Amino acid sequence: MLTWLILIPFIGGFLSWQAERFGPKAPRFVAVGAMFLLFVLTLKLWFAHDYSLAHLSAGQSVWADELRLDWIPRFGITFHLALDGLSLLMMLLTAFLGMLAVICSWSEVKRKVGFFHLNLLWIIGAVVGVFLALDMFLFFFFWEMMLVPMYFLISLWGHKSAEGKSRVDAATKFFIYTQASGLLLLLAIVGLVFVHYLQTQVWTFDYEALRNTQMSAKTEMVLMLGFFIAFAVKFPIVPFHSWLPDAHSQAPTAGSVDLAGILLKTAAYGMLRFAIPFFPHASQELAPIAMWLGVFGVIYGAFAAYAQDDIKRLIAYTSISHMGFVLIGIYSFNQIAMQGVVVQMLAHGLSAAGLFILSGQYYERLKTRDLNKMGGLSSRIAGLPPITMFFAAASLGLPGLGNFVGEFLILIGSFKVNQVVTTCATTGLVLGAVYSLIIIQRALHGPARSDEPIAGMNKREFFMMLSLMLLLVWLGFYPQPVLDTSSAVMANIEQLMHSAQAATPAVSVAQ
Amino acid sequence: MTLTLENFQALLPLLITCATTVFVMLAIAIRRNHWWNATVTVVGLNLALLSSYFALQAIPQTITPLFVVDGYSIFFGALVLISALGTSTLTNAYIESSKRNREEIYLLITIAAAGGIVLTMAHHMASLFIGLEMMSVALYGLVSYTYDRARSLEAAIKYMVLSATASAIMLFGIALVYAQFGTLSFAEIGSKIGQTPSTLALVGGILITIGLFFKLSLAPFHLWTPDVYEGAPAPIGAFLATAAKVSVFAVLVRFAMIETKGAFFVSAPFAMTLFVVACLSMLVGNLLALKQNNIKRMLGYSSIAHFGYLFILILVGGGGVGLEGFAVYMAIYVVTSLAAFGVVTLMSAGNAKRDADLLNDYRGLFWRRPFLASIFTISLFSLAGIPLTAGFIGKFYVIKAAVEAGPLAWIALIFVVLGSAIGIYFYLRTIISLYLAKKDMFRFDAQMDWGQHAGGIMVLGSALFILVIGIWPTPLINLVEMASMIWQQ
Repeated sequence: MLTWLILIPFIGGFLSWQAERFGPKAPRFVAVGAMFLLFVLTLKLWFAHDYSLAHLSAGQSVWADELRLDWIPRFGITFHLALDGLSLLMMLLTAFLGMLAVICSWSEVKRKVGFFHLNLLWIIGAVVGVFLALDMFLFFFFWEMMLVPMYFLISLWGHKSAEGKSRVDAATKFFIYTQASGLLLLLAIVGLVFVHYLQTQVWTFDYEALRNTQMSAKTEMVLMLGFFIAFAVKFPIVPFHSWLPDAHSQAPTAGSVDLAGILLKTAAYGMLRFAIPFFPHASQELAPIAMWLGVFGVIYGAFAAYAQDDIKRLIAYTSISHMGFVLIGIYSFNQIAMQGVVVQMLAHGLSAAGLFILSGQYYERLKTRDLNKMGGLSSRIAGLPPITMFFAAASLGLPGLGNFVGEFLILIGSFKVNQVVTTCATTGLVLGAVYSLIIIQRALHGPARSDEPIAGMNKREFFMMLSLMLLLVWLGFYPQPVLDTSSAVMANIEQLMHSAQAATPAVSVAQ
Repeated sequence: MTLTLENFQALLPLLITCATTVFVMLAIAIRRNHWWNATVTVVGLNLALLSSYFALQAIPQTITPLFVVDGYSIFFGALVLISALGTSTLTNAYIESSKRNREEIYLLITIAAAGGIVLTMAHHMASLFIGLEMMSVALYGLVSYTYDRARSLEAAIKYMVLSATASAIMLFGIALVYAQFGTLSFAEIGSKIGQTPSTLALVGGILITIGLFFKLSLAPFHLWTPDVYEGAPAPIGAFLATAAKVSVFAVLVRFAMIETKGAFFVSAPFAMTLFVVACLSMLVGNLLALKQNNIKRMLGYSSIAHFGYLFILILVGGGGVGLEGFAVYMAIYVVTSLAAFGVVTLMSAGNAKRDADLLNDYRGLFWRRPFLASIFTISLFSLAGIPLTAGFIGKFYVIKAAVEAGPLAWIALIFVVLGSAIGIYFYLRTIISLYLAKKDMFRFDAQMDWGQHAGGIMVLGSALFILVIGIWPTPLINLVEMASMIWQQ
């Protein structure tokens, strides 16, 4: 079953590549079909298991579903997949946004349709793999695998940026940033495995086994930083973020949707799943720095967003700001905040995807992403402007929508842990209002550039946006099912961190 | 000394390769027909490859003071034979269109292959030198085989002069070692240097390794590489990158690590030199490839960097993991290079003014020849060490060995990471040009039925190997473990 979840996108991608022989429509239908199948299967998994009960028992996690096969026995590498509440929610988001990514490029991508969908679906497949893998080698395998199709997506179907930098440059920058940080991750993984080997004389890359590795504070710190930096680049945490605006502004809409909605979440997932449980003590030590980095990201992202002319760059910077909240939440190690992180990730995935799709729709109509060349659009287009308002409101954290729940929980939870950080982060909400409203202000209001009306939304676009809006409202009003699903995982992490906290003073005394 | 039947059994791959040379020569004398002569070559080389299996039954044994046949020599001998086979199949289509004598090139390939096999078996300075010269002299001829191209001639002369210089340096080193110890056998040199450390022998050892470094084109002895790769006909480029390097590296490792038990490595200046050479190669190879518009030159630089990684693997991994990783990495590298050069060869023809080696010649290849471009993509990703391709498994071995080895190796790790990050840039640059928009005119194109030629099938097979080993490396690891168990006896 779990293998199928990974295989469906890969096979679907290959089929839709070959389906190009039967006309330009065929690949799209095959791709949507594959994504829909993935979504339905994930939903089925959601209802099939009870995720709220998977509590930590005797130091081992309980998985809703698990699969383990030998892969490379020479190094103790297994094909080990497992599912719990956190990975399930992430996969739901992945499958849903995957579907949207296919649909939103329905009229945007006209060249090489089959190959486009091959890449799109392979990204999804690799991301599903990332969310399911429990063997570190396998995880790294998928982690790197999603880069290659993303690279092709940006460099072959991307747009030229306003400053005239080519899309290939942006794609290359993206690839080198993530690949170099990926090598760092690989070093840290091999280092961790080696430390484990020195203790037990067993080569294994298995998550459960590695979790119980004992190491000195210094080793733990070094290895943790390897993980942290690798995830920080993908996250992106502010000093490592410079690939993101470039990649976003040059990527095709579907690429942006995948990038903002799914790829960034793999980093947060990696921190929650790997970086923190492997290295609880070092994470504890890093927590204040990480939280301040998060605050910095929130504020920096917001200010930078405000200054952008390119609407996609603007949204890219808002992602940095939103992911800053996620970082604060993760490193507060507080269950409420971490629950907020989950909601925030889902909500941000949906709202950023919505904004990117919208800017894609504007681009298709206006052939520009420059806010200076927009203005007064609300009098020219029917349908799009109010929906834009909705997503801008979601992005600024209006109560009643998912983002509000996420940010609110994060702030409440982390306030108990670090008041100063939380207070500073709260300014992000105000700044969020500023950059969200500036989109509305510059794009929709003001004098119109011309009186010519522009085509409104068609049914495909409308239903796409409607589904996103419904989900955001649902997350805003009734996030309980989501919270129930992830609560066990987050409770485990909190418990783990508490025991680590209890142990930390002892360690420092010993030193 | 008399040779027994068992000796002959162990030497079978070498004997059959030499016999193939004779047969090809006779075949050319009987009838000058391209297809028939090529077939004789390929059948002979295949027989030699098959005979490796029988040779495995008769090992390990020392045959005269010159040769030792063990799992190690058979494994690398087989790699040399595979490279030679790949080269021959590629040559077949490439040289077909040529007007001049097409048949002698197979003669040279088999002679060079025989030299390579001698190197893998050598554990004596004399056989080392004989093997090296046997291969190099044949290579001069191969590089200049398309002699109506000025570049080809230039490359051959450059290669000959520099290679002869390197050989002379090496001979001098051998003489110094001999003057000190009075023996030419690797094992005896190793044991003597262990007992009486001597500066003279150390200098000799360094000179010998410098000669070998030159053949391996490790920085700073790499200056000939890009020119020769560019000038040589594409299939010969494949041979230079694979067989010529595998055999030299095999004998270098045997000399420096196995037979002398790392006796040279014990001395700090020697080890430090090797370390610096390895790091420099990784950096230089990747940096110089950055702005390369010529694919053959780019592959040349890439091979410099790859031998840097390999060298680190050997240096830090030592006898156990190091040798296993070395063998795995080498096998992967050979197949990957064959695939990459194979695509270049398939795109080129021997009678054209130049090979299809500019980046521009490949623009939009994917939209005309999806499979050929995919193979090229796969092999370039494998050279870059991206997961899902075999190259990643090789890189994994390097990183694993270096992480285990301790602080000095971690410095090397920095170079590995840095080199890989730089390397990605030019591999990507090449790859993406395969997918960019079509041009209206193509100066070069593969034949329509490339997939049905021996060369095309070989390239397809290599790409399949890269993918399969990238996803499921266990068979290759098991094979190497089997071989290494034999060579550790």
